[in-house]
Amino acid sequence: MSQFVQINPTTTTGKKYWRSLSQLSGTPEFKQWVEQEFPAGGVDAISSSSRRNLLKLMAASFGLAGLAACRRPVEHILPHSKGVEGLIHGKPLHYATVATVGGAATGLMVETHEGRPTKIEGNEKHPASLGATSAHMQALLLNLYDPDRAKGVKRNGARSSWDEFTAWAKDEFSAAKQGDGSGLRILAEHSSSPSLQSVRNEIARKFPKAQWVEFDSVNFDNPRLGTALAFGQPLEAHYQYDKADVVLALDADFLGLDSQSVLPVKQFSAKRRVSDHNSQINRLYAAESNYSMTGAMADHRLRLRSSDIGALALALATELNIGGALKVLSNASDDKARFVAAVAKDLAAHKGRSIVVAGPRQPREVHALVALVNQALGNTGETVIYTQPVVTAIDSLAAVNQLTSDLNSGQVKTLVVLGGNPVYTLPADLNFAKSMSKAASTVVLTAEENETWAAAQWQLPEAHIFESWGDARALDGTVSIQQPMVAPLYYGKPALEVAAIVAGLENTRAHDIVKSNWSAKWGATAEKSWKQALYNGFIDGTKLETVKPSADAARLFAAIAPALKPAPAGIEIAFFPGHSTWDGRFANNAWMQEAPDPMTKIVWDNPALLSQTTATKLGAVNGTLLTISAAGLKATAPAMVMPGHADDSISLTLGYGRSACGRVGRGVGHRIEGLRGSAAFHIAPATVSNSGATYQLVTTQEHHTLEEPITGKLRPIVLEATMAEYHHHPDHFEHAVHVPEVVNMFEQFEWKGQQWGMAIDLNACTGCNACLVACQAENNIPVVGKDQVRRGREMHWIRLDRYFTGKMDDPQVVNQPMACVQCENAPCESVCPVAATTHSPEGLNDMAYNRCVGTRYCANNCPYKVRRFNFFNWNKNLPESQKMVFNPDVTVRMRGVMEKCNYCVQRIEEKKIEAKANNRAQLKDGDVKSACQQVCPAEAIVFGNINDPQSRVAQMKKQQRDYVLLEELNIKPRTSYLGKLRNPNPELIHG
Amino acid sequence: MADLALDPRAELNPTLVQGDQSYASLTDTISVITESKPPKQWYYAMAVAIPLAGLLFVCLAYLVTTGIGVWGNNSPVGWGWDITNFVWWIGIGHAGTLISAILFLFRQKWRTSINRAAEAMTLFAVACAGIYPLFHTGRPWRAAYWLFPMPNEPLALWQNFRSPLMWDVFAVSTYATVSALFWYVGLVPDLATLRDRARGLRQRIFGLLSLGWRGSARQWKHYELAYLILAGISTPLVLSVHSIVSFDFATSVIPGWHTTIFPPYFVAGAIFSGFAMVITLMVLARWVYNLQHLITIKHLENMCKVILATGMIVGFAYATEFFIAWYSANQYEKFAFINRAFGPYWWAYWTMITCNVVSPQLFWFKKIRTSIPAMFIIAIFINIGMWFERFVIIATSLHRDFLPSSWGYFSPTWVDIGTFAGTMGLFLTLFLLFLRFLPAIAISEVKGVLHNQFVSNKGGH
Repeated sequence: MSQFVQINPTTTTGKKYWRSLSQLSGTPEFKQWVEQEFPAGGVDAISSSSRRNLLKLMAASFGLAGLAACRRPVEHILPHSKGVEGLIHGKPLHYATVATVGGAATGLMVETHEGRPTKIEGNEKHPASLGATSAHMQALLLNLYDPDRAKGVKRNGARSSWDEFTAWAKDEFSAAKQGDGSGLRILAEHSSSPSLQSVRNEIARKFPKAQWVEFDSVNFDNPRLGTALAFGQPLEAHYQYDKADVVLALDADFLGLDSQSVLPVKQFSAKRRVSDHNSQINRLYAAESNYSMTGAMADHRLRLRSSDIGALALALATELNIGGALKVLSNASDDKARFVAAVAKDLAAHKGRSIVVAGPRQPREVHALVALVNQALGNTGETVIYTQPVVTAIDSLAAVNQLTSDLNSGQVKTLVVLGGNPVYTLPADLNFAKSMSKAASTVVLTAEENETWAAAQWQLPEAHIFESWGDARALDGTVSIQQPMVAPLYYGKPALEVAAIVAGLENTRAHDIVKSNWSAKWGATAEKSWKQALYNGFIDGTKLETVKPSADAARLFAAIAPALKPAPAGIEIAFFPGHSTWDGRFANNAWMQEAPDPMTKIVWDNPALLSQTTATKLGAVNGTLLTISAAGLKATAPAMVMPGHADDSISLTLGYGRSACGRVGRGVGHRIEGLRGSAAFHIAPATVSNSGATYQLVTTQEHHTLEEPITGKLRPIVLEATMAEYHHHPDHFEHAVHVPEVVNMFEQFEWKGQQWGMAIDLNACTGCNACLVACQAENNIPVVGKDQVRRGREMHWIRLDRYFTGKMDDPQVVNQPMACVQCENAPCESVCPVAATTHSPEGLNDMAYNRCVGTRYCANNCPYKVRRFNFFNWNKNLPESQKMVFNPDVTVRMRGVMEKCNYCVQRIEEKKIEAKANNRAQLKDGDVKSACQQVCPAEAIVFGNINDPQSRVAQMKKQQRDYVLLEELNIKPRTSYLGKLRNPNPELIHG
Repeated sequence: MADLALDPRAELNPTLVQGDQSYASLTDTISVITESKPPKQWYYAMAVAIPLAGLLFVCLAYLVTTGIGVWGNNSPVGWGWDITNFVWWIGIGHAGTLISAILFLFRQKWRTSINRAAEAMTLFAVACAGIYPLFHTGRPWRAAYWLFPMPNEPLALWQNFRSPLMWDVFAVSTYATVSALFWYVGLVPDLATLRDRARGLRQRIFGLLSLGWRGSARQWKHYELAYLILAGISTPLVLSVHSIVSFDFATSVIPGWHTTIFPPYFVAGAIFSGFAMVITLMVLARWVYNLQHLITIKHLENMCKVILATGMIVGFAYATEFFIAWYSANQYEKFAFINRAFGPYWWAYWTMITCNVVSPQLFWFKKIRTSIPAMFIIAIFINIGMWFERFVIIATSLHRDFLPSSWGYFSPTWVDIGTFAGTMGLFLTLFLLFLRFLPAIAISEVKGVLHNQFVSNKGGH
């Protein structure tokens, strides 16, 4: 799959290379490289007298050496304006790199075309990715080409340059000026970068009193502080969901935004996969206020205010008789007590094979208790393993409080902000913008001209991760090198380089810092290891060792129990990262803004989610603007009733209402951060009033159940069964819909050879949107904006249909990815007057864009309504930089043209050509992966040749759970679904 | 009217031409309309029609330069007012051919004073209808390419002849061509009459248009035969055009569209709406031009009867659709119809039922059938109801089909409304110009009826 071209192993420049090839080829590094690249006879060629071989090698060297000129080893990333031998135009190159969330790394494999990144994939070998990525990671690509990024250095808004800054910094960060550094503060984002750490050490050595503060508004401090409380040292808990039979998630969306990588989804879905009716799956319990994706996957879900989770955890611990507490008799009539009793029993029956996990919003005491429960259940070391954290475990909230008070008291002379957007994300009561102005000099490095940028003196543009060198650790400690593939588009520099400037390092080039940092560790094998690390995307053997901590149950229980009292009655608010915006950093990313929230299906907004009961109490309906105040702070947000939401609880989404932002995100949604004080940072009691005003919210799905309105009849679209039903009636899904025998009037086409098909396992899909954004990136799908989505014109080729089932105040949720199903008897094809949509012999329902005249008849006649029409020219007046995001293998569509999923036909053709060039008659299973399949962390989407009985897709389709939608129409879809299974606890089913 | 009833001749042969008319007075009455300054009302009507027609061009220009998004169409409702209007206008056009061809073959003499205007109406309605399929793609220069069955040369790719939209192209263009020919052939003797009365440039123009008509017996013989043949060709077209238009829906898989009843149902509906439009226009024309003696109550009453009959066919079709939906035991089919009546578009459905099923029932009463204001109001109701019928079929079937996740709602934009109002303006402009410059009543044919009357009145030669 991936291809890594690493040519010039030395730091000599490309020019030298061209001048003296023989000299260069004599270096041991080069020999080594040749050995690696041309194992058969490469080195011999040099020593042998064969002219032919020498010429061959020369040609290869010249060709590949040319590549070096456009690549990073010489730190010159140049455009391909001269043409490069050896690079085949149109053939993508893949580079392994890394992206971080809250400091923890996920390995990526980035596809580049002619030197520009066009698609992000997960790195299959990287332990935190295993080939998958989240939606946010997919969207990093659009951030790179964002035309509204910070461009060039500015000083108080006036144009400046890096040279001027460096000159200023040389003086500013001199020992003479800073002394022991007591007036120097650096505020950065959480980072696991060992190289940055080495620079930090340098700064600490030079300015021993300087302070380095790390802060992320969406952070994972509480779990680490909880372990510190439990075990006396902060540890990172790694939950092994692939080993657990019973999982209890306490306000923890571990399948969604409450985890730092997609690994939990990978592991969880492995335990959810069945091959036949005798298979076993795990059981997931969730107790939460907001309806999360984890709640949607749960077999039992208890809706509960976030502030009551502690009390629930305590009740569970009591029920499990942990810490010597007396077992409280449960009141069977109470839902909560029944839940606790049943869960406790189930957990106790699965000692060592269960997991209790709490969300990062929960206070440290809850995390300590959870650690204790896992220990008591014998899960520690089995399903829950601990390592040292890869980021500094600090109470970052306390740290920024301290920083602000230092600023206010005038102690801080120089403030350096490395990344992030603290003015926007720091607790509102700290009024950081004002405090910032108290420092004599402020230096801010940000990716966009955001709120913090506006408040700074030195305004520095931050380089995108694809533009700069660096390194980072995955949660398990594995180190990856972050290698760039494109020169900084807007003269940005990474935090590492600015930190190096602060440290006064002689060489401030990130590449050199990272490389020398690792070369020092590797010693003699440095070059080889460096190349290997770049090729693999991670450094072998850097995984952290597990630690086996143990907590003194009785002591700990006594210490934390008082903090876990039930919260007082009344309305609480809880803050959640945005599925689209995260902490606001994706606010200017149109792909994310238009990706519907997985649960609400809202786009371009962050409503305040509440239950119907609470809404009624407040006299609110969807769109009513609520005035929310907590701890002296106030914010406004539109109400939205979320079925299954806990009563007396309001869930608020971060990352919206940005005032200093690019043209996409400015003013989108409501700024919730204004309500987030340092005393009420995660969960807080609040008073809410109905302002009486209304606001328009836009969703991509207007009908949310499979029940027809008026008739109330259920439509057999998503088929579901319990494990018990499936076990006793393996044919459950086959008989869910009775389809009379359909007769074909015409002779049917014989589908011979390679025939493409897809199977989607509804049991695995979490509805996380990764496929949707990946598809958008792969297929050049435009965004249309809030108003156009309101008019029903969103362009996503794959959509995540989300349906509620059961009681509307406490429903279950099912997800169904829906894209073109490539009907063999496609109704769209027969009605097109110009034959713009026709069938390929391999079973694809193709679109010939240049034949399409735009009658929309095909879309009307599509029973799945998966066709998308370009009502306008969405690609009109695109900024130059944004044109670079397009995948050159896919046509950009004009207005008036219909489009839809085609199973990534460009990928199929690419692999077919490759196979043909290599004299392979047939493609192997897995050679072609559709973009949605490749990205899916749950591996819910399987695509391949259905005529090959050994292929995964054929195997999936053989399962008895397999069904096609609307079979009775005799349209013979190629995409089939595997029915959803739930594994309810019999004790909780009745009553 | 009272004197008509007292006239003993009326018992034997209902008078199709009232008053003391001779050939000369007939010629004069009709020709003078085209020769003199039009009445004030004509200018008032033009003052409404021309700005509206202008609005059409503004809307279309905006559409073509910007995209279909200026309309309310969306996913799932890919067709909204565009195709609704198309089917509506095509339906309107039906009365013209029916009156001129079928009634001619059935020797329904009463058609003579209305057929010319009805045929003109057909042509203008088809012209208005044609705008929609062409422009609903947003790129008419592309649409034009599929209108012509011409292979895409390098690849020798043809259009998709399986597509009902392709059939539409043939059906509608054939219909337009034959209707135009039929209309023009019928006009030739009258154009010659106008030529003979005119001087100067006017005479030259009408001379050119009348194709050398001399009124010789030989020419009359050829003319009558040609007219009969064209009537014969047109007759199946009355049935075929709307049958094929209905295939746009009937051949699809969407519940509410996928229905075998559509061809006869659409044809009946088309005649229904066409006659309603003829009444609307004729009532106005006879009032403006004082043609009460030529377009008599008898004509109007006959048309009301046709409306009553076709209205009941349409009502029966509505009922049949519901029955079949229930009888099919198909969940999606059932829901499509329940949703029509009780879903978000209930108002459109019940407007349709009120206008199309309930209001024509009033024509059972002779008093209402012969009351000009009553029939005018009912005809307007039917025009509205038939528009809603097409809207109900198109929009309510599409807005909630199989998967509830994709359901949506269609709301028109000002451009939708402007385009529709604009085609009305275009239609009205063309019709007013027709009234102004061409004989709105077939002079030669009415003379034929007059002659028959004399014959019967005087007890034969």
